[in-house]
Amino acid sequence: MELKTMTFLVVGFTFALYIYIAIRSKAATTGEFYVAGKGVHPVLNGMATGADWMSAASFISMAGMIAFQGYDASVFLMGWTGGYVLLAMLLAPYLRKYGKYTVPAFIGDRYYSRTARVTAVICLIVASLTYVIGQMKGIGVAFSRFLEVSFELGLVAGMIIVFIYAVLGGMKGVTNTQIAQYCVLIFAYTIPAIFISLQLTGNPIPQLGLGGSMADGTHLLKKLDQVLVELGFAEYTAQKGGTLNIFLYTMSLMIGTAGLPHVIIRFFTVPKVRDARSSVGWALVFIAILYTTAPAVGAMARLNLMETIQTGEIGSPDGNLLYEERPDWFKNWEKTGLLVFEDKNNDGRIQYYGPGLDAQAESFGWKGSEMVKVDNDIMVLANPEIAHLPNWVIALVAAGGIAAALSTAAGLLLAISSAISHDVLKGILMPDLTDKGELLAGRLAMAGAIIVAGYFGLHPPGFAAQVVALAFGLAASSIFPALMMGIFSKKVNRSGATFGMLAGIGSTLVYIFWFKGWFFIPGTEMMANTPDNWFLGISPEAFGSVGALINFIVAFTVSSFTPAPPEHIQHLVEDIRIPSGAGAAQDH
Amino acid sequence: MKDMSAYWRENLRLVIGCIIVWFVVSYGFGILLVKPMNAIPLGGYKLGFWFAQQGSIYIFVALIFFYMVRMNKLDRKYNVHEE
Repeated sequence: MELKTMTFLVVGFTFALYIYIAIRSKAATTGEFYVAGKGVHPVLNGMATGADWMSAASFISMAGMIAFQGYDASVFLMGWTGGYVLLAMLLAPYLRKYGKYTVPAFIGDRYYSRTARVTAVICLIVASLTYVIGQMKGIGVAFSRFLEVSFELGLVAGMIIVFIYAVLGGMKGVTNTQIAQYCVLIFAYTIPAIFISLQLTGNPIPQLGLGGSMADGTHLLKKLDQVLVELGFAEYTAQKGGTLNIFLYTMSLMIGTAGLPHVIIRFFTVPKVRDARSSVGWALVFIAILYTTAPAVGAMARLNLMETIQTGEIGSPDGNLLYEERPDWFKNWEKTGLLVFEDKNNDGRIQYYGPGLDAQAESFGWKGSEMVKVDNDIMVLANPEIAHLPNWVIALVAAGGIAAALSTAAGLLLAISSAISHDVLKGILMPDLTDKGELLAGRLAMAGAIIVAGYFGLHPPGFAAQVVALAFGLAASSIFPALMMGIFSKKVNRSGATFGMLAGIGSTLVYIFWFKGWFFIPGTEMMANTPDNWFLGISPEAFGSVGALINFIVAFTVSSFTPAPPEHIQHLVEDIRIPSGAGAAQDH
Repeated sequence: MKDMSAYWRENLRLVIGCIIVWFVVSYGFGILLVKPMNAIPLGGYKLGFWFAQQGSIYIFVALIFFYMVRMNKLDRKYNVHEE
């Protein structure tokens, strides 16, 4: 069957499945809309969290970043998994015990302050909305590349699907579809990886294949190191960035992960405190399947790419691939503009090499690396074609990418809409709202959030690529410390928490804007965004952990000069620290 | 009330232990000590590189389940477990 027809069939089937699930999981109460009635099995919630967490960036871009950065991309691997350890031990069980529907509701109650609650709502909306824009873009790209429909049409189709299950079913619908989406995306990711690992190393398990040997007996990673160094690129397994920056970047991603509200609220949906503990573990199991496969995909795809182009000895007249003989996948991706070749020395062959070979290259008659652009995203998307896998696998990868983007978008939209309907409307503006009224408000907020996200997806602000750093920086420097201190300290009070959050976000924002322009407006940056200018070599993306530290210091200092929290707050903290007494469906 | 503070202290001790392991395998072996660790081979992997891209993730998973089992026992010991 033709690839396009096959892709339409596979993607169409998954969409039919999501709609079927949506119709079966209509939410009838606010409890179902916000937290799926707190009745989700911990293993299934782990799966849903996996899909919720793994976005278009994890599915499509991460392996490519690993392929081109080698060891330095470990920042993402450790950073986007290590946060779950913090979540399991420092936040999830306690917040589940408290039993409220949203993250700002806990912050507002624990710090007995509307200001704190509103601050948390603002952090949540900015972090989640910036994140959603990236997902919307991912949906549009996946559609336009695989189904050859326009970007806009693809995005609108994605929005309609999310609209159906998120507005109707709220958390209940989102959870059930996320479980299905996890299955789609994990199959789509691992099947090509298994085949490629088999082809290169004879080992069907990519995690072992990465540490295995090639047909000629050399270790795959050693071979990759050699090939890259010979061609003037940096050694794959060696560290290139500064240690302090790698350290703080990893820390920012970890505490940012633990502080992202759309992840935290997933653990409000399980029946018990002990389920929250195990569910975080299951979530990480399901995430680790993809995250330990990605390094294998990255390394193997990079090796395949290098060997496809450099077919013979470096510098010999026929050592490089003739442009006319390039494989089909090369042609396909050239059409998308993600792969760009420019024959600089007009010899009809492709030269792809790094800065280390510049001097020598001239003596070969090479006039610069001719692979002008190799986009990160190609590594995963073109993988099945590079490995000559059947069309249904390629179709599955398309469905997987769309599933990853849709599931994350839905989770984020739910976090946004519940903050608006539960924290802002019911919590502050209209406390007399009935359950039915609040449910309607929740659905309207969801519909509104989808439209706003869709608008930004169609008209992405110029800074779309920059804002992911902002989402993690905000979550790390504001929400995580406020939650952790709220549970582990009885001393931190209203003023401490509020000033702490403001100092944390403030310092992080200023640092990001300093190097990327105020509100990302081009030309307003105070200094060029280069490692020489960074404070102690800390990149703007890595600053969230410093912001978190500032938050902790300010909060404790201010709290020590101001009155301690009232007695009922001290009791509240004591109560959330023990599991017993959590109602299965606590009303409030 | 005294029981509860003992429960909380044991919990904190467990958490701190787990966080130390979490820190050592990722920030220690995977980042700060990655160069000396890389001198040690693990199959086709360099050990520091393995910790950074594989090992730390496996240990994170194991840590969470270890913590869960120990906490469930602790809950029963202090009779604060859920029905």
